[in-house]
Amino acid sequence: MGKDYEVVIGLEVHAELKTASKIFCGCSTAFGAEPNTQVCPVCSGFPGMLPVLNEKVVELAIITGLALNSEIPDYCKFDRKNYFYPDLPKAYQISQFDLPICKGGYLDIEIDGEKKRIGITRAHMEEDAGKLVHQGNITNTTFSLVDLNRSGVPLLEIVSEPEMRSAREARVYMEKLRAILLFAGVSDCKMQEGSLRCDANVSVRPVGESKLGTRAEIKNLNSFRSLERAIEYEARRQIEAIEDGEEIIQETRTWDEDKQATRSMRSKEEAHDYRYFPEPDLPPLQISREWVEKLAAAMPELPDKASQRLQESFGLPSYDAEILTLSPESLAFFDQCIELYPQAKTVSNWMMGELSRLLNQNNMEIGDCRFGPAELARLLSLIDDGTISGKMAKTIFEEMFNSGEAPDHIIKEQGMTQISDQDTLLKVIDEVIAANPVVVEDFRNGKDKALGFLVGQIMKATKGQANPGVVNSLLKERL
Amino acid sequence: MELFELTLHELLALHRNNQASAQEITDSVFARIHQVEDKVKAFISLDEENARLKAKAADVEQWSGKIAGIPFGLKDIFCTRGLRTTCASKMLENFIPTYDSTAGARLNEAGGLLVGKLNMDEFAMGSSTEQSAFHATHNPWDLMRVPGGSSGGSAAAVAAGEVPFALGTDTGGSIRQPAAFCGVVGLRPTYGRVSRWGVIAYASSLDQVGVFAKDVEDCALVMNLIAGRDPRDSTSLEIEVPDYTAYLNADIKGMRIACPREYFGQGVDAGIQDAVKKALAKYEEAGAIVEDVSLPHSEYALPAYYLVATAEASANLARFDGVRYGLRDTQADNVVDMFSNSRSQGFGAEVQRRIMLGTYALSSGYYDAYYLKALKVRRLIYEDFQKVFQDYDLVIAPTTPTTAFKIGEQTGDPLTLYMNDILTVPINMAGLPGMSIPCGLLNGLPVGLQLIGKPFDEGTLIKAAYAYEEISGIRHLKPQQGVI
Repeated sequence: MGKDYEVVIGLEVHAELKTASKIFCGCSTAFGAEPNTQVCPVCSGFPGMLPVLNEKVVELAIITGLALNSEIPDYCKFDRKNYFYPDLPKAYQISQFDLPICKGGYLDIEIDGEKKRIGITRAHMEEDAGKLVHQGNITNTTFSLVDLNRSGVPLLEIVSEPEMRSAREARVYMEKLRAILLFAGVSDCKMQEGSLRCDANVSVRPVGESKLGTRAEIKNLNSFRSLERAIEYEARRQIEAIEDGEEIIQETRTWDEDKQATRSMRSKEEAHDYRYFPEPDLPPLQISREWVEKLAAAMPELPDKASQRLQESFGLPSYDAEILTLSPESLAFFDQCIELYPQAKTVSNWMMGELSRLLNQNNMEIGDCRFGPAELARLLSLIDDGTISGKMAKTIFEEMFNSGEAPDHIIKEQGMTQISDQDTLLKVIDEVIAANPVVVEDFRNGKDKALGFLVGQIMKATKGQANPGVVNSLLKERL
Repeated sequence: MELFELTLHELLALHRNNQASAQEITDSVFARIHQVEDKVKAFISLDEENARLKAKAADVEQWSGKIAGIPFGLKDIFCTRGLRTTCASKMLENFIPTYDSTAGARLNEAGGLLVGKLNMDEFAMGSSTEQSAFHATHNPWDLMRVPGGSSGGSAAAVAAGEVPFALGTDTGGSIRQPAAFCGVVGLRPTYGRVSRWGVIAYASSLDQVGVFAKDVEDCALVMNLIAGRDPRDSTSLEIEVPDYTAYLNADIKGMRIACPREYFGQGVDAGIQDAVKKALAKYEEAGAIVEDVSLPHSEYALPAYYLVATAEASANLARFDGVRYGLRDTQADNVVDMFSNSRSQGFGAEVQRRIMLGTYALSSGYYDAYYLKALKVRRLIYEDFQKVFQDYDLVIAPTTPTTAFKIGEQTGDPLTLYMNDILTVPINMAGLPGMSIPCGLLNGLPVGLQLIGKPFDEGTLIKAAYAYEEISGIRHLKPQQGVI
């Protein structure tokens, strides 16, 4: 490559707002129901039907705006965004165009201990479309079915400034945004269920260039991992194209999870002209200052504040604090655990280590964990009082994770109590020494590794229940 | 006199005194319908069996609603539960809604009996009812002539005695113009006065439900039933609804009436101008003060209207895509063709023309020049009226530039047809209430007098209209015997 390039990324995130009913009618928003069982003439676009705005949607949008340091203008309105698609019953989406509910704002991310502020351009309310169920493959299907359960589910589209400079920054932004939405209680943010979705605008430019390059919009990013990989791929593709003397065209691309590549969906020429105009069926919204202030006063603790508290009250490193505050469940787990076991760093290590590893392996969230913070606290106390070793604790922890059983129960059930009694251990040690004269000789001649072998033999003879600290010192004495 | 010839309030009086049962009234109305309908063709669908069943129930159960046992008609733009609602379009030829419009439901709840669905221009786009996908409606005053539009079926049915009253909608004059052509009373209330819920939208910011009646008192009675806030229509307003019958008094001494010069210009038939001037003279004789005023932006109302209305229509009619209901082309082998074939087959030429106009007006690069500019014009028109209403109680003008024209006379040139709306669209653009009452005949055809009021001041219109009936003696005009 001739030059160094800089990647420029902006994200458009669609968060489903957590309401019981849809944005313009009384239908349920519950996920996973049989197709077309949560529909009515309004959300399926029947003739003569009119939208009535769900006040809860506005409330959650204002809370989000406040959490993202946005301005909530006194006045906003809805507009129609026109396009034909079988899953869009009215052939227009009620959205907000030039006067959104939230203007400006920012959130702070931290990467390798460095803070960076990412600007928020705007956030606006809109209704979701339904979804198509294709018979077989989308390219050779003979017909498709329409499910309108999702049609009219309230969304907040949060648009960032193009201020991210790497796939990793984009991922961390997305994680942080998710954490804020979860802490503010405005969205479930379940990416696999589609309640949090993301499109990425990606362009590249030579380092030092101030003009933005031509961007591609990437759709279908259903996980943090696909977001990160798609941006990495797309940036590489654009740089290679430029290096080959090609011109980047403005287009919409989709992320192909199987091929791990982006591919073109439509170019700018094929792009929709959405013909926005003010929605005549809904009067403009006047947002009172009293309402905004009331919601601001009732704002729950947000991730930044919680992270600061963990650092100041418990002396945790900022890295730990940022990770523990990625979800309210994680923070609550930590807070409850240290009430019973007040060694913050140990709790943090176990949560970020063993717990996080097992959750990731099993594709689970901390909320799905079968045991609670009290059980982790108990396990850690059992290590401290010598009942079990750290190594045994990991085995027990895994068992707790799989079965949800309390640590004491597992220890009793499997006879896993640690043996610290000197007489019992000495008997075993003497037997091992007697059975391994060559190794003993090696150790006496200065081979340190021989000691490890002997300890291993002792642990084996006690089925791992020997207290390793005690074994070590007794064995050295004996030798 | 036959029952079908009576006004609503006359029928109510007879019914109250047990001199006419719901079944007798209904029998008379259906007899009349069967007698004249093949000439007038006011209906798209009749619901005779249901209406008769309900009439019987009303008698047996002694319904106590305000219009218990009285038949009525609805323009076929009002959704009716279980009864085909076509909007006079092939697109909805077989569409049966699962819900009733709020206005229709209020009439049902008051004990009214729906006899059928009335013809109109397809999707309310037209001024003659010739744009119906099914058939034209004929003016009961002269069967060679149009009844006006788009609510032509409603106007003709009331004029022909096929129903005592009917509901219509008025987006650019669709109640007042046919009321004028057919010699009946037509009231388009203030935007936001009557719920639009369940009424198929043409142009959402202009559409308003209103009344066709035989006289002003009937109009007040029906307004009492349909006006008022509906939580399902966010644009219907929480403003107290007065008892409109309280305005039925002829004391108009000192009433200040403005007569806008711009409504008496070129293109407005001299005979009509003359009839309206004579009506104004009668108001003066009765003690009202009539003065000339100017509404300077009137001439821009028509072009601005055709931008706003078509733009909104292009979005409102986009839902008719063949996916969930309505006509679908089953031969298309992909979804885009299915959309466009269904729409090409389902919509008539005028509807397609307006969808294209509106789509163009909203297109990227043209929005500011067309739609946005039209909204600014709209504001200016509103301010014109606002200024006049600082000094006057109401505005009076002709409703139409001509009397009813001949069927087929204006179908060739859409622009000529659009000119019919020139005196009615400013009211829709300003969101005001407007009323048309017959003020006389010109060459045997009715002439409409248009009364325009302040927002939510339908009461003053009713009062002034009632006064005109009293002082002129022109009330409940009937077409000459022998025409139908």
